[in-house]
Amino acid sequence: MISLRDVTKTYPGGVTALDGVSLDISAGELVAIVGPSGSGKSTMLNVLGTLDRPTSGTVRIDGYEIGGLSDAELSALRARRIRFVFQQYHLAPGTSALDNVADGLLYQGMRPAERRRRAAAALERVGLGHRLDHRPLELSGGERQRVAIARAVAGEPPLLLADEPTGALDSVAGAGVMALLRELNAAGTTVVIITHDRDIAAALPRQVRMRDGRIVSDSVSDSATDGASGGATGRAAKVAAAGEVG
Amino acid sequence: MAAAATLRPARLRPGDVMKVGAVGLRTRPLRAFLSALGIAIGIAAMVGVVGISSSSRADLDRTLAALGTNLLTVKPGSTLTGEQAQLPLEAEAMVRRIAPVRSVSAIGMIDDAKVYRNRRIDRAETGGIATYAARLDLPATTGATVASGTWLNEATGRFPAVVLGARAAERLGIGRAGPQTQVMVGGEPFTVVGILAEAPLAPELDTAALVGWPVARSELGFDGHPTTVYTRSADSAVEDVQAVLGATANPAAPNEVDVSRPSDALAARQAADEALTGLLLGLGAVALLVGGVGVANTMVISVLERRSEIGLRRSLGATRGQIRTQFLAESLLLSALGGAGGAVLGMAVTAGFAVSRGWPVVIPAWAVAGGMAATLLIGAVAGLYPAIRASRLSPTEALAAP
Ligand SMILES: Nc1ncnc2c1ncn2[C@@H]1O[C@H](COP(=O)(O)OP(=O)(O)O)[C@@H](O)[C@H]1O
Ligand SMILES: [Mg+2]
Repeated sequence: MISLRDVTKTYPGGVTALDGVSLDISAGELVAIVGPSGSGKSTMLNVLGTLDRPTSGTVRIDGYEIGGLSDAELSALRARRIRFVFQQYHLAPGTSALDNVADGLLYQGMRPAERRRRAAAALERVGLGHRLDHRPLELSGGERQRVAIARAVAGEPPLLLADEPTGALDSVAGAGVMALLRELNAAGTTVVIITHDRDIAAALPRQVRMRDGRIVSDSVSDSATDGASGGATGRAAKVAAAGEVG
Repeated sequence: MAAAATLRPARLRPGDVMKVGAVGLRTRPLRAFLSALGIAIGIAAMVGVVGISSSSRADLDRTLAALGTNLLTVKPGSTLTGEQAQLPLEAEAMVRRIAPVRSVSAIGMIDDAKVYRNRRIDRAETGGIATYAARLDLPATTGATVASGTWLNEATGRFPAVVLGARAAERLGIGRAGPQTQVMVGGEPFTVVGILAEAPLAPELDTAALVGWPVARSELGFDGHPTTVYTRSADSAVEDVQAVLGATANPAAPNEVDVSRPSDALAARQAADEALTGLLLGLGAVALLVGGVGVANTMVISVLERRSEIGLRRSLGATRGQIRTQFLAESLLLSALGGAGGAVLGMAVTAGFAVSRGWPVVIPAWAVAGGMAATLLIGAVAGLYPAIRASRLSPTEALAAP
């Protein structure tokens, strides 16, 4: 599904945010990306999601080598296969939950009626079937993030990228959001989650640790999805391919 | 996974383009209203100016159709030494001899016969009204009509009876003619037997007090010289008559005569109005331009404020072209709304003004269509730069914006 090879990203100011990163994620995985602030997690997620191009190295998403694609082709790739969930939700303020989700399907070329039908179904799926007409300001933080998740899943993308989805939520709401993401993964979506929260990360089947733009460890816990119940239970990790630092 | 099928962005449906274009208008209605208002004022001004001048033109055409364009007038000009000339006593009779002339009438000014409402009124107050001796066929020839009472006849023409022009009656404060209504003419009480309607082809009658030729001679010291001779000719011969009229009216001094065609004067005034219309139209265009700058300004701000929305849309798969289209559509919608509102406003102003003047309401379709086209052009130009800027934003930077 995802393959990064020797990817570097240097911002115009001279900051090297990614410094030779190689990473493979298979279809159906649920991956946590952890690391201190400024370690390059968001930069990597943007590159994975084709929102940004690497300075060097190759990125393959779903079989496409993104270096060879035009901006319009990348847009089409995102429209059909990639969805994001952001820490700040990015919902349109004056617009109902239903329309926020439905508008997320705009660039897939669906008819308006179909968009609304799917949006309602997605909101139902995240447990907000009773909040279709609410505007973001009338929703709690956890509910807003669930609207954002509904928007992300409505188009049934194979790949979902979440940048600190629980960063602005209390632990209960955060747990609800994590359970949802886990459910989506169980239904077949490849999910990559950036998180600060060690417990959340530990509960996921695979953790990629970053520091200073490099991957410092990449561990897989055997207790794949059943780790949902408790914090760091199945953590006995098989540390694999940890030293992939160019 | 299945690899390397060509990736093609989905096209937005026209309805969806409209919908995303309306996002900014929906979320910031007051701002949208205000910036559309600039355009609306410009379009309203242009449609109004064109509409009012067209309505006035239509009114003139209607007036001329009703009154005819075959009226010619003869007035004394000035002598070589610069003094006021006189028409000879037999001017009317000589003009009547021109073959294509169908009717002749005349008025003669009575210089010393001032007109007052009554004896007590302050003499300075009712100035501007001139007393004339009038021939009985004056209304028939000039097209003047009686608004109240009757015109003079053989009998009343010998007695102290007066018919007032529309303006003159207004100035004297007389609304209706009647046996009890009297004014002072040359110090004598005259009964107001009639009041004329406005006479577009003989505007001098509007401020006139008209008395019979006989009574003018017997009571008011009128010298009998006509000061304006009116003639109607066959339509085909008006120019020929015009050519010989001066010499016929005053064979002794044809150069001391002014011949004119009042319908031409009306048309000339209209032409002068049209020059003013051009000027006002220019002002409307300036207003429109300023409105366009307002829209451009609104769009620039809109793009700046909505960077994170742009980032989100890009993350959802919007292409640069689709972002550009969204903001262009917003700009077009904004100015089209302004244009439509302005056109309606301009039409309403035209209709209100024309109706209040008793004109037919004429709003040329080209003015409305042209205004709307100009509006769309302005919207496109004003929106182009902000739209291009929006589309060039990098998705990550746009998402990072607050
Ligand atoms: N648009 C940018 N321009 C310049 N520097 C950036 C930009 N975005 C991130 N950086 C820098 O790159 C480094 C990695 O940032 P980021 O990927 O956001 O880290 P993380 O998400 O792990 O906190 C940081 O030092 C950050 O300051
Ligand atoms: Mg980050």
